[in-house]
Amino acid sequence: MGEIFVVVEHRKGGIREITFEMLFKAKELCRTSSYNLTAILLGGKDEGFADDLAKWADRVITFEDNRLEIFNADLYKEILDSLIRERTPFLTLIGHTSWGMDLAPALAIKTGFPLATDCVDIQIEDSRPMVFRQIYSGKLFSKVSFKESPGYLITVRPGAFLPPDDVEGLQGEIVKQEFPAGLTEPKKEFVEFVDTGAGEIDITQAELLVSIGRGVGEEENIATIKELSDLIGATLSCSRPVVDKNWLPKFHQVGTSGKSVKPKVYLAFGISGAFQHVAGITGAGTVIAINKDRKAPIFRVADYGVADDLFKVVNALKEAL
Amino acid sequence: MNIIVCIKRVPLTQEVDLEIDELKKGVKKDALAYVINDWDNYCIEEAVLLQEKFGGTVTAITIGDEDDEEILRRALAMGADKSIRIEPGECELDGFVISKILAKTIGDLEYDLILTGVQADDDNCAMVGIMLAEELGLSHAAVVTGMEPEGNDATIRVELEGGMDEVSKIRLPSLLTIQTGINEPRYVSIMGIRKARKKELVVINVEDLGLSEDDLARRTMIEEVFLPPETEGAEMIEGDPSSVAGQIIQIIKEKGVSI
Repeated sequence: MGEIFVVVEHRKGGIREITFEMLFKAKELCRTSSYNLTAILLGGKDEGFADDLAKWADRVITFEDNRLEIFNADLYKEILDSLIRERTPFLTLIGHTSWGMDLAPALAIKTGFPLATDCVDIQIEDSRPMVFRQIYSGKLFSKVSFKESPGYLITVRPGAFLPPDDVEGLQGEIVKQEFPAGLTEPKKEFVEFVDTGAGEIDITQAELLVSIGRGVGEEENIATIKELSDLIGATLSCSRPVVDKNWLPKFHQVGTSGKSVKPKVYLAFGISGAFQHVAGITGAGTVIAINKDRKAPIFRVADYGVADDLFKVVNALKEAL
Repeated sequence: MNIIVCIKRVPLTQEVDLEIDELKKGVKKDALAYVINDWDNYCIEEAVLLQEKFGGTVTAITIGDEDDEEILRRALAMGADKSIRIEPGECELDGFVISKILAKTIGDLEYDLILTGVQADDDNCAMVGIMLAEELGLSHAAVVTGMEPEGNDATIRVELEGGMDEVSKIRLPSLLTIQTGINEPRYVSIMGIRKARKKELVVINVEDLGLSEDDLARRTMIEEVFLPPETEGAEMIEGDPSSVAGQIIQIIKEKGVSI
């Protein structure tokens, strides 16, 4: 029977959560369709990841070499391409992360296998995969099929499959492979990691966050919301578009590329609720969203919603205090 | 430095009720307003900034019908020198087919750098740019938030998850997919767009590119488009702003936050 590959993502000595999310989903697919689950680890020497991964997979294939300690699309795609050719896995799962986005499309061209990206669900129907994706920033879903192929590539959205705490441990075999000889010299060379989250306030420690998004409209409008935030002793945070426009520094940003927050109450003003943002507020106690678009995705995850002009609500809140 | 930017026109869907079409494979597009894909706007700006600093030309490319020329003229108004529209005709597109069409079109051009947006705001695939890089045998990086060329190399910054950037050195020619926020895209006036009409806009038909049947065969097909599954969702607070404000304050206090 065939295999499902999961490409392990790791950074700075730790396996990234997305890896376990993919392994968890892949195991479920293996159970219903009798495939074998193989984790593919390209990592530095003696990082000790293989033993952890063996609890989640039937097999762990490892390539350990110091050149693989940090992700490099050039090396990854060459090694994975030859491994995929050799073993023809039915599915290869890769995280829909910055690194996954740099790897999967190139690997699709190299292997000739079809690719679907940013998938939130995977099914197997009549031995063909079928995936589900969100389009138009989460306003609609699409069901996507593939052109027939010996194997398929899928990138998986972080947070789409959350493994429970008590996953039953497996004892997969660990297969060590040699770093292949004769690889082309990579065209990209790592220099350094830079922490972009540090700043004068720490939104992760706040009990009450007043958070603003694209709906704030103009930079000048931020002052009135800052006033409200100060009045109720909240900390000001924001979604990505506000940082992109340089209206607030990055240390205010909530979401996958910013910070995950865990306030008791999160007040979201004019935030549409892109998944990258929502991923940052899963730890919030209560989410109250104010947005004039009644169909905004934020209302699907908020506890309370107000479908109205945010400035009317901001002014009314100020008056009420 | 010669730069190519690949851009797309997308429907504006924020604060819009989307209706699914009869075939259930897309949305009704007649009533939608179209704009330049947000990521691509940053892309054009980045290309023009690099050109202002290092010289060379900027060429904007899109695949689409005559209406899509609007974004090419916008790119020209921002400072691009020339533009190409590829008319897809009846050709059915997915990320793979688009990358094949672009690779064939770009194959004969001279360039040091190709920029695309990380993704398009409609199908959110984040696929075309890196596929194109592989077709052309270029170095590549996704989700780029900074780029500084130095001779045959460039120092780039990639945005990772969790408030972390990765700095690396990459060999040129290269393809980078550009993240929003990398720069501040300049304002484009209607006058500027009108003036840009004098700049070059070449139209190429897909069938003239000599792509094979396999190149033009989609690798993924949308079977169905549907509304998000019903969830419990938010409990909506209705009423006039002052009663809404009262209820919000009540909830905040109930959750143990003193204000």
